Amino acid sequence: MSRHDERGDAALNASIRSGATRHTAPPALRADVLRAVRHAHPGRSPQHKAWQQWFGLGAAFAAGILVSWLAGVLQPAPDAGERIESQVIAAHVRSLMPGHVADIASSDQHTVKPWLSTRLDFSPPVNDLRAEGFALTGGRLDYVNERPVAALVYLRNGHVINVFVWPEVNRGGATRKPASSHNGFNVATWDQRGMRFWAVSDLAAVELNGFAERLQQQDGAGT
Amino acid sequence: MNDRTRQFEAAAMPHLDAAYNLARWLVRDEHAADDVVQEAFLRALRYFGSFHGDDPKPWLLGIVRNTCFTWLRDNRGAAQTAEYDDEIVGEQREPGIEPRADNPEQLLSAKQQSDHLNTAIAQLPPVFREVIILRELEELAYEDIARIAGIPLGTVMSRLSRARSYLRAAMLQDTKGTSDEPSR
Repeated sequence: MSRHDERGDAALNASIRSGATRHTAPPALRADVLRAVRHAHPGRSPQHKAWQQWFGLGAAFAAGILVSWLAGVLQPAPDAGERIESQVIAAHVRSLMPGHVADIASSDQHTVKPWLSTRLDFSPPVNDLRAEGFALTGGRLDYVNERPVAALVYLRNGHVINVFVWPEVNRGGATRKPASSHNGFNVATWDQRGMRFWAVSDLAAVELNGFAERLQQQDGAGT
Repeated sequence: MNDRTRQFEAAAMPHLDAAYNLARWLVRDEHAADDVVQEAFLRALRYFGSFHGDDPKPWLLGIVRNTCFTWLRDNRGAAQTAEYDDEIVGEQREPGIEPRADNPEQLLSAKQQSDHLNTAIAQLPPVFREVIILRELEELAYEDIARIAGIPLGTVMSRLSRARSYLRAAMLQDTKGTSDEPSR
């Protein structure tokens, strides 16, 4: 066993598997992790304390309604907004692939909202704009800006609109151009009530802006 | 404790040892590994809603791996100069080597070989160390390793191959120093 000539991979692998140390979690760590996981869960309130605790956001939802019309806030990193813009476009395009658009296919906001809320650590506002010609068709879990987000899916004249929502505090900063175009897709973004919204569609910019405006009016007036 | 936490615990806690093992090997520090694992589990809890797969192990190890590399990046100076902690090796479970009661010399050399191996693996650059650990100790599929490390399948294979070459060379070198040769 002390021979160390050139070995085949199989022999080396075997000796790694039998010889290298497999560390096991100390009991104290196991207890700490369990405790942290159980205390981190935000419970039913949308003020997810774990999120705040880990990123020090403070009283994220203390302020009242924050309405910045199409004011996507630029984070400290100057190109963070562009990064998120390309992520939401990519997520939108992926969702257009067959079978990928909705996790919960329902036009009932009272079905979609709780379905999403129980699977995320926040409660996204879900509005029905059928009367204005934008039909809610479902909801989806997605992943943008390194966090799980809600995606609300609308249909307008055959065009899919994805509205990505996640909790975010308006930190103030320059406004973005409304409904900017990117590779044939239009993207609009705004903050409201402690949530950040990104709407993506191949719908014309004017129509997407109109959609965004109606969503904000609904949300401002609603619960 | 609500449903989601319960589900997360059921999915993630069985892989705590694997998570800790990977973290220990990557950050090479007992206390840092503790911190990294806790942080990774809390992140995983937040991202749990977007986990759609069947097997939580590679998903979880991916989060652990990324948390480790962030730690390595942020602690670059400490990571480079830190020696592999030999004391900790002794405290862990013994490697799975059958002791041969009839041949104590063979037993000693098995322990020596194990120590050499641990040292050699610890001295691998992190991107080579991670694929060896994920493949040989966690026995993950190449596709899972590719996803966890964020590299193409071909790169997984070539890194494994290079890591093995490193290890073979390191073991060869060590043995020459400890064999029956009269002088070093």
